[in-house]
Amino acid sequence: MGPAVALRVREIDELWWHYPGHQTARRDGSGRGWPCAGSWGAGPGAGRPAGEMQFSSAQARGKHLWLSGDRRQLYPHSLQFYLEPPTEDISLSEFESLAIDRLKLLKTVESLGVSYVRNSDQYNSKLASELRKLKFPYKALADDDYEARRKDHISHFILRLAYCQSEELRRWFLQQEMDLFRYRFSQLTDNLMQKFMEHVDLSFEAISEDLKNELASELSTSTPGFTMSKVKEQMFYKVGLADAVDLFRARRVFIKDGFAYVPFKDIVAIVLNNYRAKLSKALALTARSLPSIQSDERLQPLLNHLSHSYIGPDYSVQKSTGKISLEQIDALSVKSFPLCMRQLHKALRDNHHLRHGGRMQYGLFLKGIGLTLEQALEFWKKEFIRGKVDADKFDKGYAYSIRHNYGKEGKRTDYTPYSCMKIIMSNPPSQGDYHGCPFRHSDPELLKQKLQSYKIPPSGITQILDLVKGMHYQLACQKYFELTHDVDDIGFSLNHPNQYFTESQKLLSGGREPKKEVSNSGNTQQKNNSQESMNSNSTPTSSNTTTDAELEGLEAYFTED
Amino acid sequence: MAPFEPAALPELLPVFYRRLFPHGAYGRWLSYGGAVKNYFQLREFSFTLRDDVYLRFQSFGSPQELERELQRINPYKIDIGAVYSHRPNQHNTVHLGAFQPQEKELVFDIDMTDYDDVRTCCSSADICAKCWTLMTIAVRVIDRALVEDLGVRHRLWVYSGRRGVHCWVCDDAVRKWSPALRAATVEYLSLVKGGAETVKKVNLCEPIHPFIRRSVGVVEKYFKAYALVGQDILGSPESWDKVLALVPDEHREPLQSEFPKKRDSVQRWALLKDRVERTRAAAGKGATPCYADWEIMLQYCFPRLDINVSKGVGHLLKSPFSVHPKTGRVSVPLDLQRLDQFDPFAVPTISSLCHELDTAGDAGEQEDSGETEPKRRVRDYKKTSLAPYVRLLEQFVEEMERARRGERLRRSDLQGDF
Ligand SMILES: [Zn+2]
Repeated sequence: MGPAVALRVREIDELWWHYPGHQTARRDGSGRGWPCAGSWGAGPGAGRPAGEMQFSSAQARGKHLWLSGDRRQLYPHSLQFYLEPPTEDISLSEFESLAIDRLKLLKTVESLGVSYVRNSDQYNSKLASELRKLKFPYKALADDDYEARRKDHISHFILRLAYCQSEELRRWFLQQEMDLFRYRFSQLTDNLMQKFMEHVDLSFEAISEDLKNELASELSTSTPGFTMSKVKEQMFYKVGLADAVDLFRARRVFIKDGFAYVPFKDIVAIVLNNYRAKLSKALALTARSLPSIQSDERLQPLLNHLSHSYIGPDYSVQKSTGKISLEQIDALSVKSFPLCMRQLHKALRDNHHLRHGGRMQYGLFLKGIGLTLEQALEFWKKEFIRGKVDADKFDKGYAYSIRHNYGKEGKRTDYTPYSCMKIIMSNPPSQGDYHGCPFRHSDPELLKQKLQSYKIPPSGITQILDLVKGMHYQLACQKYFELTHDVDDIGFSLNHPNQYFTESQKLLSGGREPKKEVSNSGNTQQKNNSQESMNSNSTPTSSNTTTDAELEGLEAYFTED
Repeated sequence: MAPFEPAALPELLPVFYRRLFPHGAYGRWLSYGGAVKNYFQLREFSFTLRDDVYLRFQSFGSPQELERELQRINPYKIDIGAVYSHRPNQHNTVHLGAFQPQEKELVFDIDMTDYDDVRTCCSSADICAKCWTLMTIAVRVIDRALVEDLGVRHRLWVYSGRRGVHCWVCDDAVRKWSPALRAATVEYLSLVKGGAETVKKVNLCEPIHPFIRRSVGVVEKYFKAYALVGQDILGSPESWDKVLALVPDEHREPLQSEFPKKRDSVQRWALLKDRVERTRAAAGKGATPCYADWEIMLQYCFPRLDINVSKGVGHLLKSPFSVHPKTGRVSVPLDLQRLDQFDPFAVPTISSLCHELDTAGDAGEQEDSGETEPKRRVRDYKKTSLAPYVRLLEQFVEEMERARRGERLRRSDLQGDF
């Protein structure tokens, strides 16, 4: 590990100790010797050279207090509410690898949530195997998984930092973490559930048999799906209204004297509610403290990389360079380009021009699919001079930026084709722009018309628009891929336009199994599944609004200094 | 009783704030026992002055300071807002975003204008003895749920001074409720949904939640006298068609042909009810139970709450004992023991009260001399018809103080165990 890396490691240590928005980061409570206690909170100090940062030895603090003790005390349960930020020292490479693994996990959670009914056997087994593969805690009873629990803890907090930066990122993160938590909680035995709830101060008093018998008919008429005999079988808990707010609001529980009488099956909803409220509040708090971190040039690239990064091969290096001829592009744009690139290509052909954002997004994509610099120059020039740009102006004005993209000018950075995340999250198109993600940046009605003109069947369009509504833009694109390539399940998680292209080419050239004949029933199945999971995503409309309000509003509520 | 003239307000308000407004009980109420430091000082008041000049974010160091200010500027209207993180009158000096509402009573605002689609006697701001029953029902339904379901204790119900009622739920715990919990409460308490484009605004299906069952029980007590006799909702083909539009097709046609044969609304209702109840008796044997009678009762009588007033912690609501600038009536507390007898038109106006003072003052001028100002004031309102209403506020405050003492005692007893 070189000195530069070591320096950044130390910066990260500092971050833990002054975790943004978190008041009780210092676990030992000694309050001694933290000379740069304010350094993350104060903007002006952030710009100074890292070498000048002063703090006591990282080894001297925290570790001896924490790691010498019983590890099991640190993480008594296989899942957590992530209430305390990590306090230990960690290497930069571990920081990054933990973050990447959690991002992979959350991506899987997202993609499983659309492809399968939550809590179905398939969903559960696929999620379990992903957790096992990435070495996150996956078995409720394993008590010797300190490493996995630590990884779970630290990686959650790293992504929290990266994903608190915009409302959209927060919403995505919250959704995936909620789904992950829901799954892991549901895997606990009743006994462990009870223990976990006590651990997070959510233990509720079960009502006595006598009281239950007395209230039986009211419990039955208040709780949908509970016949009198089912009331007798299940335990009911007395829960404060604030903890049962969604059930209370919808009159789905019996309410008496300021308490909700909640059956055991709905306790899960209450734990989830509580977790969502805590996490959304924490994200808002972290976001509020983030400007000071964002202004820190040493940390920002790392966090941006995480929130903009995709998982998968690096498409800047293409094995197929030079294997595509310019004549093929029109046909390829229809067959194998994702919608965003197809849109850009069409706009270029129609207008003989693309504005900067479009040139960057499309140019780098073309580079990624194998266009050489010479081909790129020829391609763009041919098209531009058909419009208002003459050859001379092109050579002077535009050729530079194309060479620049290929690393032949300026900082000589070999630019990487944009990932879906980058396209979705940054630089939204404005008037006259054709770049961006059509699923994210098009008016749904226009998107619908476009899909119709591309002969996507109406049921497919509905599915795509549902996904768009749920802000699953990449999954909408994945669905588009499936529909245009006549496959049931592409079998990978789509996160890069060049990945789309590569997979499409693989499929069309016979590298993948084409759709089987039984596909019809499979299709229906899939449709039902995704719709159902979409529904479960959006069932309590009001509680979704609450989440938004929490994200936005709670921040305001906790701004008191 | 002297008729009220809005033009006389500049002359009457100084008398009102000096000799009639119950400053003492009012200050005791909003200080909440002084247990929380600065609670009164952090409270927003807002005043409407002459010509709709609106002053927000007023706050005062003590009830006495508020009293002096009221007597100085004589506002046309007083609104009460939230308890804030910082003194509201200093909100401009606080770091942006740091000034936040923290607590407030849970409030409900029920306004007669929201019932225009179901009352035939009046519309918009007008009320009469007939439709006032809707407010009585609203108070009974909501108050029952507040006490029995939500377990709250301290509710101050107030006549708004014109066409509606307000409720102030003052329990310590409730004042801390989040907007989400307040909104959830309003949703729990709401059954009538949809606007002008919705014909059927109440839809019930099994299982019927106890809240609905009990609310129907409350409405039932008033329904005959109010809706069948008073509003005569089945009195003519035009009005019964409106009701039958809420009934499922299979019952509508038979009822339509039977209704003309009956004498009045009461008989027609009996017919409808009987028919629908039979479907419920037959339920379980394949028939779908129909609750059209309940749905009609609820659509015509169930309280219609304004969610925005209740949800926002920072939302303002007209203060009790504020004068309504249009009617001159004082916003007075309602006595739930005698709610059914409450007559909004009998509520004293600022002019009638001042007139009463004049009359009483002439009679007792002699004995008053030599007494101190506050003492005289206490006796002043007692000479008027405002007295029983002030007594209601005092009783409300005393009840809260008693509860607080009980709580303190309970806590010290618990500590005594050690
Ligand atoms: Zn009327």
